Amino acid sequence: MFNGFFFCLRAHKIMVTPTEWLALMEALDRGFAGNSLVSFYHLSRSLLVKSEALFDQYDLAFREFFTGLEVPAEIFEELWKWLGKEALKREIDADALKDLPQYDWETVKKMFEERLKEQKEEHNGGGNWIGTGGTSPFGHGGYHPGGLRVGGESGGGMAVKIAAERKFKGYRRDVTLDVRQIKVALKKLRHLRRSGSRLELDIDKTIDKTCRDAGEIDLVFSPEHKNDIKMLLLMDAGGSMYPYAKLVDRLFSAANSVNHFAEFNHYYFHNSIYDYLRPEINGRERVSTAHILKELNPEHKVILVGDAHMAPYELFMENGIIDYYDSNETAGIVWFERIAKHFRRSVWLNPMPERYWRHPTVSAIRQVFPMHHLSLEGIDEAIKELTGP
Amino acid sequence: MKDFSRYTGTSEYIVSEDLQNDVNVSIALGRPLLIKGEPGTGKTLLAKSVAQGLNQELLTWNIKSTTKAQDGLYIYDTVQRLNDSRFGGEGVDVANIENYIKLGKLGEAFANPVQSVVLIDEIDKADIEFPNDLLAELDEMKFYIPETRKTIAAINRPVIIITSNSEKELPDAFLRRCVFHYIEFPDQNLMADIVEVHFPGLDKKMVKQAMEAFYQLRDLEGLRKKPSTSELIDWLKALLAAGKTGKTDFQKELPFLGALLKNENDYEIAARQRSAFQRRGALNSLRR
Repeated sequence: MFNGFFFCLRAHKIMVTPTEWLALMEALDRGFAGNSLVSFYHLSRSLLVKSEALFDQYDLAFREFFTGLEVPAEIFEELWKWLGKEALKREIDADALKDLPQYDWETVKKMFEERLKEQKEEHNGGGNWIGTGGTSPFGHGGYHPGGLRVGGESGGGMAVKIAAERKFKGYRRDVTLDVRQIKVALKKLRHLRRSGSRLELDIDKTIDKTCRDAGEIDLVFSPEHKNDIKMLLLMDAGGSMYPYAKLVDRLFSAANSVNHFAEFNHYYFHNSIYDYLRPEINGRERVSTAHILKELNPEHKVILVGDAHMAPYELFMENGIIDYYDSNETAGIVWFERIAKHFRRSVWLNPMPERYWRHPTVSAIRQVFPMHHLSLEGIDEAIKELTGP
Repeated sequence: MKDFSRYTGTSEYIVSEDLQNDVNVSIALGRPLLIKGEPGTGKTLLAKSVAQGLNQELLTWNIKSTTKAQDGLYIYDTVQRLNDSRFGGEGVDVANIENYIKLGKLGEAFANPVQSVVLIDEIDKADIEFPNDLLAELDEMKFYIPETRKTIAAINRPVIIITSNSEKELPDAFLRRCVFHYIEFPDQNLMADIVEVHFPGLDKKMVKQAMEAFYQLRDLEGLRKKPSTSELIDWLKALLAAGKTGKTDFQKELPFLGALLKNENDYEIAARQRSAFQRRGALNSLRR
């Protein structure tokens, strides 16, 4: 039935709920799709899809559902019930079409039903059966004046064609990540607590105090709500991270410009974390990791960013550090474990797609930190991890 | 079909057919219409136009970061009451609590005997939980005031238009109840209509040139804030005021660039790209 579209949308990860679906049914029932599939395209989009980030998926689903020739016949019955006769007017231009018999709507509909019963297979390009590109009054992309178009594409910006343009591709949230989007995501990282200057009038306490003072008004102020989230961002600036440098840079500038963190610290490391971290990406300055762990309290939310890809000895061995002139007394994995132990909440964001996470060092690090993909969805999940109960 | 196609745009506000339909669907289904889109594409103006088109009163509820859902329904002015009881309010019955219940914008709309349009402007400015706090009220279009033990129920379901700039994500439960429309940036044709509405009878050739320059500017890579419709209108206003219309070649110079670009960084990008563009142009004319 027509409900197939509902499941098609859900298969494309547009989580349409039954309530929304029923709203669409109501709208169709009341004739809001007007007289065309184009209207239907817009109507169902505005009722079922609630973010421009999902428009592209919607287009894909729509195209898939309405282009398919194998779409069952009941759908068309329902469609024409809803779309009405007007949808079926087509432009007539060629002289050759004059000779074709003219049918009125009722006849066409009746004939369509009859022929649908008779027709057993896909049929395109003929003059009788329902199919594409023919001169039969039925099907789509054909040339019968006053014929019945069934699904598919026709001239002049029809719905499927609109969907096929996929002009909302740029809004997908699993692909693009710009600074502002990350900022929006990071804003979920917050925890409000009363602190700071006296600003808000506490009405309950004011009334209470005033009553206690026998009606002498005494205004009571309480401190404003403030976010007390502290954040520590540790970023891998190693060679294998070069392809993702831009992405990590955006994450950093977003985190840096979200000004609601009570404290924001960031350091860089090279492949793995050892005895020292770098405050600047290319600087010479070093800060002892042990010192950082001592200084920062466990309430800091830690986000580590890196591909976690390295030679196993870099992670598991003492003096495994990749920089030739450097040495480390403690293996990288031990440092990671210390970080995970010191801070109450930490999470790892990996810019590499999940299918590459079976590498031994990646798996080892996943044992220590929950790992998510560095995409908007991944960041969302990471933030849930950091703020969850 | 009786109550469909009520809003058809107004002479001052050009509206695309899809948006028109979405407005009407939202009115007919009694669901709030959520509008998103680039800044400056006329999200807020839409509500004004709808109110005008339907000939109804527009109630604007501007959302700020401190706004609470309760503010839109009613406010119990305790401090005033406290003050009046202490110092004696003039001609007000302090004992009657109703004198201190002030309806918010949504409350006003519910209590209004005729249908009105409520604009909840920039809902994303408020706290993340804000939209969730309004769910029941928007669904049932009524709320209860415990202080007076009265229920304010909508006499006529108001038309509710909500705008968002996507500063924060809106909760799913809230989204489910809305009709959603994303205003796309107008193409050159629609833009020409919009310009015509603001500056009737403006020289077509000049508008065409200015628009070309404008869309070129929008296409520059790396702009932090692309100029939008409202900036184009401002810019044209400035051009008209300075009498720069008619004789200016926008490919050679762009006067009042500050009206279009609001960011120093963008300004530099535009200047750099344009000078490169001009050099190429000069070179081409030499070759010729």
